[in-house]
Amino acid sequence: MASLVHEGTGTDQGLEGEQVPELVTMSKPLPLKEPLVERVYRHRLPVRISHWLNVPFLIILIMSGLQIFNAHPALYWGDRSDRDQPLVSIRPVQTESGEMRGITTIFGHKFDTTGVLGYSDGKRRAFPAWATIPSAKVLAMGRQWHLFFAWALVINGLFFLTYAFISRHVARDLAPTGMDLRGIGKAIKDHLVLRHPKGEEAKRYNVLQKLAYVVILFVVAPLIVLTGLAMSPTIDTAFPWLLTIFGGRQAARTIHFIACFTFVGFIVVHVVEVILTGFFNNIRSMVTGWFTVKHEHEGANHEA
Amino acid sequence: MKHERAMERRQFLKGTLGAASLVALAGCDNLSQSSWFPSILSKAEKLTEGVQRAITPANALAREYGDADISPVFPANGNTDPGTEEYAEHLAQKFAQWTVMVGGLVQTPTSWTLAALKELPSRTQITRHDCVEGWSAIGKWTGVPLADLMHQVQPLPNARYAVFYCADVDEDGVPYYESMALADCYHPQTILAYELNDAPLDIPHGAPIRLRFERQLGYKQAKYVTMIELVETFSGIRGGKGGYWEDDQGYEWYAGI
Repeated sequence: MASLVHEGTGTDQGLEGEQVPELVTMSKPLPLKEPLVERVYRHRLPVRISHWLNVPFLIILIMSGLQIFNAHPALYWGDRSDRDQPLVSIRPVQTESGEMRGITTIFGHKFDTTGVLGYSDGKRRAFPAWATIPSAKVLAMGRQWHLFFAWALVINGLFFLTYAFISRHVARDLAPTGMDLRGIGKAIKDHLVLRHPKGEEAKRYNVLQKLAYVVILFVVAPLIVLTGLAMSPTIDTAFPWLLTIFGGRQAARTIHFIACFTFVGFIVVHVVEVILTGFFNNIRSMVTGWFTVKHEHEGANHEA
Repeated sequence: MKHERAMERRQFLKGTLGAASLVALAGCDNLSQSSWFPSILSKAEKLTEGVQRAITPANALAREYGDADISPVFPANGNTDPGTEEYAEHLAQKFAQWTVMVGGLVQTPTSWTLAALKELPSRTQITRHDCVEGWSAIGKWTGVPLADLMHQVQPLPNARYAVFYCADVDEDGVPYYESMALADCYHPQTILAYELNDAPLDIPHGAPIRLRFERQLGYKQAKYVTMIELVETFSGIRGGKGGYWEDDQGYEWYAGI
């Protein structure tokens, strides 16, 4: 547990606004009823830097990506885009009464998404102004943001992965163990009822957390980079196998979009979990590295 | 008490996050309109060009497709009819007087009529056209390899770019033009095309002559080409950014992605 280094056990005042008495945990069992608080060095500096850089990078990439999508708001499979056969499209449509509606079509099923998708704030646009960078419809500027921050994300990602492998962060903290995987059923049940690990268990990532990080790092992130590259006509001449593995340039564009929304889903769940499992403790640990863990009294563990 | 505090905290968080995101969005818009920020963003274009050129073999071919892959409808974008009197005259004469002049920094400036170009050895390729907007279409192009014309005119050692002048103008009368690196003129799939899908080019697709430059995006594929000028730098030409879309809209000159 190299990156979850113990600072020895100390105390922490004012955690979650509760009064925590000074405790000395050197020896004898303590007869106190208050939980024991241990400070753990959870996130090392390179991880913290990389994490916080990802926050603006990902937000900018998602929002400028939606700007680019708005230039041709339809997705296809294969190599070409036959406009009468999109998998998904988001279009403004004028009704017989002359009213504008936003219509989202997914596999032939039409949904009225006026106000958000297709037509919003009196404008014909797939994604609304509040979701795109820039907010106005400017493809060229959206591309400039996107292609700059794509480099930023890739460089940051390579920096993180290099560090994570060399420091054994991946092997020690992220890779699920056999025991983790056997406990997956219980972990799913616990998550569904929002019961989170406490004490010793809270010092390490739980199995679902590990799987989420591993899938994002080693599946979704490479996928979004490679499908992005597969949309480049120059890269397609250098690495034609990209077109082959993704099933064509338009298929790559569709997968790029799906990977983007996988990121969005991950970010939402990640932030919700951060809030549910002690917002300030989590934020502090990602800022300073230090995470606090409350221990139930030994022997009192089985009470509840 | 604890509950109230949690409520307050939640309200505070919500308020802060909402305000922060509004400020951030407005900030992004301000940055986009500033003069300095886009120039930082555009540094990525140089990096992309450098890396892509370094990892892409000079003569690596764009994928060529089969007849069955050809798009039933090949959309025409940008200017779809030059609409000038001069062009109308050429059209009436079935482009018999249309010439493509290659000059600038060359040993032997040369002009070709459309008929003369069609007599040169041709290349036919079924390739994918990728629009900057995101869509792709597959078409079968026939034309004369630009490399053959280059061998004829013999570029001077200081020639670095080829600038393509076109017969079409936008609503404001601004003429279209584009440019590419001289090295790309020698790529086997870079052709001056006069046929699409076994038929002479129609007006929306650039009749009678258009460029096919298969390794970059659609806006580089100049239509209605009349003149190709080899230059050392394009900074003195029109808006100075090497193309109509580059000058007018801020699209990247390097359109490899």
